[in-house]
Amino acid sequence: MDRAATAQKIAEVIEPFNKKGVALTDATTFAGDLEWDSLTVMDFVAAIEDEFDIIISMNQQAEIETYGQLIDAVTKLQG
Amino acid sequence: MTDLFSKFDPLIEQRRALLDTGVTDPFNLVMERVLSPTRAICNGRETILLGTYNYMGMTFDPDVIAAGKQALDEFGSGTTGSRVLNGTYAGHKLCEDALKEFYGMDHAMVFSTGYQANLGIISTIAGKGDYIVLDIDSHASIWDGCKMGDAEVVPFKHNDIVAMEKRLKRIPEGAGKLVVLEGVYSMLGDIAPLKEMIKVAKDNGAMVLVDEAHSMGFIGPNGRGVAEEQGCLDDVDFVIGTFSKSVGTVGGFCVSNHPKFEIMRLVCRPYVFTASLPPSVVHTAATSIRKLMHAGDKRAHLWENSRTLHKALRDKGFQLGTEEAQSAIIAVIMPDLERGAMMWEALLREGLYVNLARPPATPANMTLLRCSLCAEHSAEQVQTIIGMFERAGKAVGII
Repeated sequence: MDRAATAQKIAEVIEPFNKKGVALTDATTFAGDLEWDSLTVMDFVAAIEDEFDIIISMNQQAEIETYGQLIDAVTKLQG
Repeated sequence: MTDLFSKFDPLIEQRRALLDTGVTDPFNLVMERVLSPTRAICNGRETILLGTYNYMGMTFDPDVIAAGKQALDEFGSGTTGSRVLNGTYAGHKLCEDALKEFYGMDHAMVFSTGYQANLGIISTIAGKGDYIVLDIDSHASIWDGCKMGDAEVVPFKHNDIVAMEKRLKRIPEGAGKLVVLEGVYSMLGDIAPLKEMIKVAKDNGAMVLVDEAHSMGFIGPNGRGVAEEQGCLDDVDFVIGTFSKSVGTVGGFCVSNHPKFEIMRLVCRPYVFTASLPPSVVHTAATSIRKLMHAGDKRAHLWENSRTLHKALRDKGFQLGTEEAQSAIIAVIMPDLERGAMMWEALLREGLYVNLARPPATPANMTLLRCSLCAEHSAEQVQTIIGMFERAGKAVGII
């Protein structure tokens, strides 16, 4: 799956978690802009993992702060 | 002023706001005197203790106390050294022998605390390139052990067998795998479906570590924990436990049947680079562990206490962490931190101490009043406790 298709799918997974309807750009941050607490992040990561059948370990999560970084990481993790 | 402490400002503010409401600081209680495993003097008044981990009431057992006093006289107040240098005394070996017998396992390793046992074993066996798959509600010592070891850390939803299996199957071919579970989860007092989870772990080629800190002494036919109760202890590679709960002192341990286990004594840094437990502690622990092997009557009474309190609180309208009593922990769910603190204080005024637990220690941002029962609570004390809960709950408007 290429970057655009991956981004589209991630946006769909984000939708129910994006309670305030914040517009997504590559620079949107999960903690700051979307105001997710650690529990929301955990649930969201599990949803992404199941959608793409991948593992995003805690170690990798520490490097992912923005929507754009997540798209890059998921694109790469799909191989 | 901005400095390294600025990151704590939100917590400092939350704490100030709570104390400004006039409630007693729930995290600053002093036990002025301790009368028995179930009674102490707090703030000048006699208080029933319902928030200790003294499940089997061993802290005032006459044989345990005598063993500690004798060890103080014969071996002195401390070892002043590491287990691998000058810090292994006869008592440490007595303790490890007692553990091997208690669990029916080949190897036992005693650490200075339970926290260090998890920190040490997990960080040492799962290193860079290995994968740790763990329950999201795991204790802080497990998370810290994961972080220290540099393994890839993959959490799954609490007690969710399917979520665990999916993650195990996604791990790259050839990578080392460790599944970390707990027998009893200490915040809500619920148990894990270990039999099913361990089978899935083994089918996927993982080693299994189970923390049985909150089950030792009273769950399972011999008090070995939830894995024994569910008939899967033989499939557990490492059992982690503590002396600071049912055993009634302080210290931690790992027991295992792994043929190479003894090498851990040389490679496990939280074991090597700290002073060993004082002689009095290991002698009290060894005596207590041996007595726990024959504590069937106490186990039965503790279960009766737990079931009685659980049913009564549920019937009075309190919201509890589990449908039925699954352990000696009964978690009463509070609507928010402020009312939780008010209820905690109302109970303390009644003469009852429970644990106030709040995020981030709790799952799903809950505020909990955690009650832990003791085999030494009498049936009458349990009835007294129920009355205290009812009065306090009505006064605060929780029920």
